[in-house]
Amino acid sequence: MRTTARRAMGALALATAAAIVLAACGSDSKDKGGDKAAGDSGSKTVTLVSHDSFAASKSVLAEFTKETGYTVKVLRGGDAGAAVNQAILTKDHPRGDVFFGVDNTLLSRALDNGLFTPYTAKDLGQVPAGLQLDAGKHRVTPIDSGAVCVNYDRGYFTAHHLAPPQSFADLVKPAYKNLLVTENVSTSSPGLAFLLGTAATYGDGGWQGYWKQLKSNGVEVVDSWEQAYNDRFSGSSAGKQAKGDRPLVVSYASSPPAEVVGVTPEPAQSPVGVATGTCFQQIEFAGLLHGAKNTAGGQALIDFMLGKAFQEDMPLQMYVDPVRKDAALPPVFTKYGATVDHPATMPPDKIAADRDDWVGSWNSIVLK
Amino acid sequence: MSALRTAYGRGARTPRGTAHPAAAAVRRRAGVRAALMALPLLFFAAFFAYPVAAIVTRGLHEGGNWHLGRIADVAGDAGIRHVLWFTCWQAAASTALTLLVALPGAYVFARLDFPGRRLLRAVVTVPFVLPTVVAGSAFLALLGRDGFTDSLFGVRLDTGVWAILIAHVFFNYAVVVRTVGGLWAQLDPAQEEAARMLGASRLAAWRRVTLPALGPSVAAAALMVFLFTFTSFGVIQVLGGPMYSTLEVEIYRQTAEVFDLPTAAVLTLLQFAAVAVILALHGWAVRRSQSALRLVDPALTAHRPRGAAERTLLGGVLAVVALLILLPLGVLVARSFDTPSGYGLAFYRALGSTDGGTFSVAPWQTVGNSLRFAAIATVIALAVGGLAAAALVRRSSGRLVRGFDALLMLPLGTSAVTVGFGFLIALDKPPLDLRDSWLLVPLAQALVGTPFVVRVMLPVLRAVDERLREAAAVLGASPWRVWREVELPLVSRAVAIAAGFAFAVSLGEFGATVFIARPDDPTLPVAVARLLGRAGALNYGQAMALSTVLMLVCAASLLVLESLRTTGSGEL
Repeated sequence: MRTTARRAMGALALATAAAIVLAACGSDSKDKGGDKAAGDSGSKTVTLVSHDSFAASKSVLAEFTKETGYTVKVLRGGDAGAAVNQAILTKDHPRGDVFFGVDNTLLSRALDNGLFTPYTAKDLGQVPAGLQLDAGKHRVTPIDSGAVCVNYDRGYFTAHHLAPPQSFADLVKPAYKNLLVTENVSTSSPGLAFLLGTAATYGDGGWQGYWKQLKSNGVEVVDSWEQAYNDRFSGSSAGKQAKGDRPLVVSYASSPPAEVVGVTPEPAQSPVGVATGTCFQQIEFAGLLHGAKNTAGGQALIDFMLGKAFQEDMPLQMYVDPVRKDAALPPVFTKYGATVDHPATMPPDKIAADRDDWVGSWNSIVLK
Repeated sequence: MSALRTAYGRGARTPRGTAHPAAAAVRRRAGVRAALMALPLLFFAAFFAYPVAAIVTRGLHEGGNWHLGRIADVAGDAGIRHVLWFTCWQAAASTALTLLVALPGAYVFARLDFPGRRLLRAVVTVPFVLPTVVAGSAFLALLGRDGFTDSLFGVRLDTGVWAILIAHVFFNYAVVVRTVGGLWAQLDPAQEEAARMLGASRLAAWRRVTLPALGPSVAAAALMVFLFTFTSFGVIQVLGGPMYSTLEVEIYRQTAEVFDLPTAAVLTLLQFAAVAVILALHGWAVRRSQSALRLVDPALTAHRPRGAAERTLLGGVLAVVALLILLPLGVLVARSFDTPSGYGLAFYRALGSTDGGTFSVAPWQTVGNSLRFAAIATVIALAVGGLAAAALVRRSSGRLVRGFDALLMLPLGTSAVTVGFGFLIALDKPPLDLRDSWLLVPLAQALVGTPFVVRVMLPVLRAVDERLREAAAVLGASPWRVWREVELPLVSRAVAIAAGFAFAVSLGEFGATVFIARPDDPTLPVAVARLLGRAGALNYGQAMALSTVLMLVCAASLLVLESLRTTGSGEL
């Protein structure tokens, strides 16, 4: 028996050895290209750390390589919150040179943890002052903006001869009872942004009362944007398949154009509309990571991200608006998109200071 | 136990004259065991214990001080205690319900011979690899408003405990069918027949002979289902809604959103404590029930359904599979063809282009990534798990060995976000500098696959009748021949099942994979999640199409794995 066991062990040991060799070969061949080169100071690779929603056209990234000689390597891990937290945890050994994807709701956390080295981007003058939330120190550079707003199902409101809501105040009216679905503020970033929008509008002591009214008006809460928009909302194509029955949903100002991309023939209107008085502004920033190995490459990448080519590529890649004043929007955005003139805003340090308390009170008002 | 027996077994070939051959054998066996345990121990130390300890320590040890007071604060919080209670009881209820629904299935798939059996056995495993968000959405379509149960019975089960429990059965059905069925197919029916011949009723014979023989594998399946549902995340979110929360959900929230690492660390410790209790219970149950069994070729035990009772059973199981598994899967497949301009292949065609912007590679290329990662993870899991099972096969084990057994199961009961973040901060310096290495993904997947390999192989290895080996040896077979002709045919089925599980687990693993930042080579489930996270018909349709591809890849891989095994033994 012992011999049998030994044979079995032999076979398994062989398999193990094979696995290790296999693994080693694989990682070697991969490392030769990027990782090892990134260690050199005169490296031609610049590493961008971001979240799962980051996207850019291949051709645009190739343009960056052509202009600067640097190749971009992208590392993504989890959603925006997880990516920022990971960057903070690894700040002593940063995994890359530039971080992109910290927004105004998370900005204070990133700055307080000393994640970034100041850098003034070349074309910063092209960015409206209102979007430059770290204008004094330039630790981060605004790259894109967007808004979280209530979206409505155009078909539903036409069929019911009802005007869609336009403002926060409209949402608590009896006409819109049991129509809205939103996201849990403790697990979803659009959910949190919507809460912040109500707090910015009704004030520190007023939003609780507003949410009590919203609750008695039958607001439904689900855990994620995916569920709200794809399953519960009646206006999205996914929601129609899933027999969603809520014609109002907390989503993005860019959802209407997203709904028509790839649809043939092109419809006259997007099936989704935006209640422009219910928006909260989101700005995403990029920053040079403190301790970056390739500082020059990182600076070049930030300049490029604020450049016209990248800015004009973003809308269809990530469904966000460019921050450059002179960047043109793609036709599908100008034709189907909504213009949000005065979204609600809130300073990042105030968000950081109040957020945990607010999430706690929101939980006991809305979920209990 | 059998030092003497071993000495006897090898008697014909052992040179005489050593002073204490039996004692030497015991010592040598201990040595063999230590050698067998070395690699699994090293693997778990480096890729589980160390990363998890690192992230927990980061939470509890901040600014040079230990914050152990947090343990009492968090554990004493009424909200947290409620979450802990819900986590435990929904897992226990899900496990009981899964066993109830799936045990008849295990029998039918193991013993009855019907057309399409192999295909169906692969199909019931498909839910196991599906992203929970996707499957949860299909369940909503069936259980929610205007869904199947609503239009037929006027019952809406879309949010609440029942939806969670039913979805857990959907996901874990295959765990019971494959783990228990694997052993059941090899149990010698002659034993039960003998009992009946001696006058026992059918029920009594089953209860006294078959059930005790199946005990260890039922316990193994129950343990895995429990651990899986204990760490449930997507199902709770989609089908339970914000009113329901498990420890897994809370740990995710505290780590990835709120960034309160001390609280997350305490919750992780709570999770460990609960899992330790379950492992202790399981170990106790198994120690009371293990016995050597007569294993035979599965081809000899399967038969066409005989009599009304067996035909009813077959019909019932097929109906359950159709309602519980085929119907939700069908909803997803139907959605993947349901384009804005009528039914068609537009979403599948879109998978081949990079225009959508979600990826720098075409989405279908993620199939290659997934297969590559899963193959490597399976090899690692088989090596680590196989060695561990070989070390654990003797039951005369001390505490240390039992602790080793428990350690192997821990990753199943540990939060994916803990492991993912742990990898990030622990494996970033020499000698283990794996930052950004693609290898992290298969390593994380192998952590989840290994427990399956151990749990599937152990009951079968232990059941191999010692006397068979000894008889063969006494008759003059060389040890190699004993292994090849006696053990391998009996164990090969278990190896194939274990490999299938490890592969399926790796294919479907999402939690840890998504947190491991890597160059742009997303796996299928990660790609599905990215597509779902974007508005628009095209993105959602592609997510459904890619999920359908994932189902096909899973079913096809399992069929191939099973056919590898049957080339030698000719099982149907």
